[in-house]
Amino acid sequence: MSDRWSAGVIPYAEMGYWQPDYVPKDTDILCAFRITPQEGVPPEEAGAAVAGESSTATWTVVWTDRLTAHEHYQAKCYQVEAVPGSPGQYIAWIAYDLDLFEEGSIANLTSSIIGNVFGFKALKALRLEDMRIPTQYVKTFAGPPHGIVMEREYLGKYGRPLLGATTKPKLGLSARNYGRVVYEALRGGLDFTKDDENINSQPFMRWRDRYLFCMEAVNRAQAATGEVKGHYLNVTAGTMEQMYERADFARELGSVIVMIDLTVGYTAIQSMGAWARRHGVLLHLHRAGHGTYTRQKTHGVSFRVISKWMRLAGVDHIHAGTVVGKLEGDPTIVAGFYDTLRLDHVPADPVKGLYFDQDWASLPGVMPVASGGIHAGQMHQLLHHLGEDVVLQFGGGTIGHPMGIAAGATANRVAVEAMIKARNEGRDVMVEGPEILKTAGSRCRELDVALATWGDITFDYASTDTPDVVATPTGV
Amino acid sequence: MRITQGTFSHLPDLTAAEITAQIGYCLDNGWPLSVEFTDDPHPRNTYWEMWGLPMFDLADPAGVMLEVDACRTAHPDCYVKLNAYDARLGRQTTALSFIVQRPEPEPGFRLERHEGADRRITYTTTSYATDRPQGERYGPSPVAGKPR
Repeated sequence: MSDRWSAGVIPYAEMGYWQPDYVPKDTDILCAFRITPQEGVPPEEAGAAVAGESSTATWTVVWTDRLTAHEHYQAKCYQVEAVPGSPGQYIAWIAYDLDLFEEGSIANLTSSIIGNVFGFKALKALRLEDMRIPTQYVKTFAGPPHGIVMEREYLGKYGRPLLGATTKPKLGLSARNYGRVVYEALRGGLDFTKDDENINSQPFMRWRDRYLFCMEAVNRAQAATGEVKGHYLNVTAGTMEQMYERADFARELGSVIVMIDLTVGYTAIQSMGAWARRHGVLLHLHRAGHGTYTRQKTHGVSFRVISKWMRLAGVDHIHAGTVVGKLEGDPTIVAGFYDTLRLDHVPADPVKGLYFDQDWASLPGVMPVASGGIHAGQMHQLLHHLGEDVVLQFGGGTIGHPMGIAAGATANRVAVEAMIKARNEGRDVMVEGPEILKTAGSRCRELDVALATWGDITFDYASTDTPDVVATPTGV
Repeated sequence: MRITQGTFSHLPDLTAAEITAQIGYCLDNGWPLSVEFTDDPHPRNTYWEMWGLPMFDLADPAGVMLEVDACRTAHPDCYVKLNAYDARLGRQTTALSFIVQRPEPEPGFRLERHEGADRRITYTTTSYATDRPQGERYGPSPVAGKPR
């Protein structure tokens, strides 16, 4: 180490960023990166480079490091292991001292961890697979404005998945026609309807008009059913000031929930989380844009990390995959997202892509939302894969029903209630699901017609984002 | 109209055997059950009247069913629901809640609109039944041959 401080360029591994003997502290933030080094770059050096570039290092030695307790601030790559079955890929385990991060700031956390390093030339590709957030850091965040338990108590709905639908067509409906879809879907039996991510305030429908018509629809449906109903009014806008204006108007109209898109940015999400807590309004997050960086297995940020960041940032709902619908989602990987969002203690599980134990220190859970190409005929699979604390959103599967929107909603509601009832009675829904639906359909024409229309529709494509480890069936 | 609060309101009313099966599921999960009744079914009426305390130490579904029937007999013109409670850390809330008796007829809700400035409307939902005093809201009309 004698020439550690000579001017010039030395390997990151020799600057202290590779420390195979380092024992991570309970207070460290830990990251698992999937690295694909360029030819000739040893994996330890690549891991050290990631640690360096995501903490204190620059490309050359700087003497000003010597003005600091630099070893404290250096991230330490403490383990590198080859990914089985994927030549050229390695998992690099890196520890960051808590002092590197500002309290309660996702923007600061992410600027550090994914700020520069993903464009680093010595790597062909880099993916942040998982992150262990220590309790000390978790406790600096407010978390979900209400969480799953409070949402259920607020809505008075227990013991079954909540049901929703996104208003379709996504674009072009006038505010008055849009409200019609909301009314029909809610009175038919859904709990929620939803603006789509790109419904903001366009020439065909300005936000204020949409809010007024939607709240007429919500209140009419509430009176028609005696149940609490909601419509996710999307408050996403060009500036924070406009978002607050829209959210305040939604609150004044009595909406139980508003929504934002992931595209508004981490800081805006945290601000809206605080707003939602202050006003007792649920906050729904649509993960618009995430597929650009979460889907490919070798480069980007896994959605399980986004899930952790959003639970800290503070949202009540987040879209997290359907397994059986039209969008990407390997069953075990999606189970990892759902665990991350809902459980208080999430054990590491390579089969689910979970690299670390994660304790949430009683931070409330986020309600996952399953949306995109799902229908009543899959109800047994949805319940099996996604459980009870989830919002199942049937957009086309409600609005496209041949007998009308309310009939589509009724079909979905009858299907979910029949499946919950059967499961609670001890029946194996994965085996008997189709039969349970058929029997329920024999007493409910809306469900019968839904099953006849969509019963056979599946989206059977290979997933891109899959675990490296597959569960081996245990012998008897 | 049919009020659709509760987990199974879109299904045909549950039979005694079906209710017993649900009770069994709850007890298997370690969730004590409780019975509540009301004649004010407003969706924001959180606190229905308690039919005794939650049955924390009752492990026999038949015993719970006896309380359901006792409440239904005592309050034939009320809504009665059965709740299961999950006291585990991280939940500490209702796990399942479904209606086991509903009065006939269910007159539903009036939606009142108060028109304000800038096209704003303030909405109030009122149960037609709660226009009358507690205890006289459902059931047969006191005047023979005349609807309530």
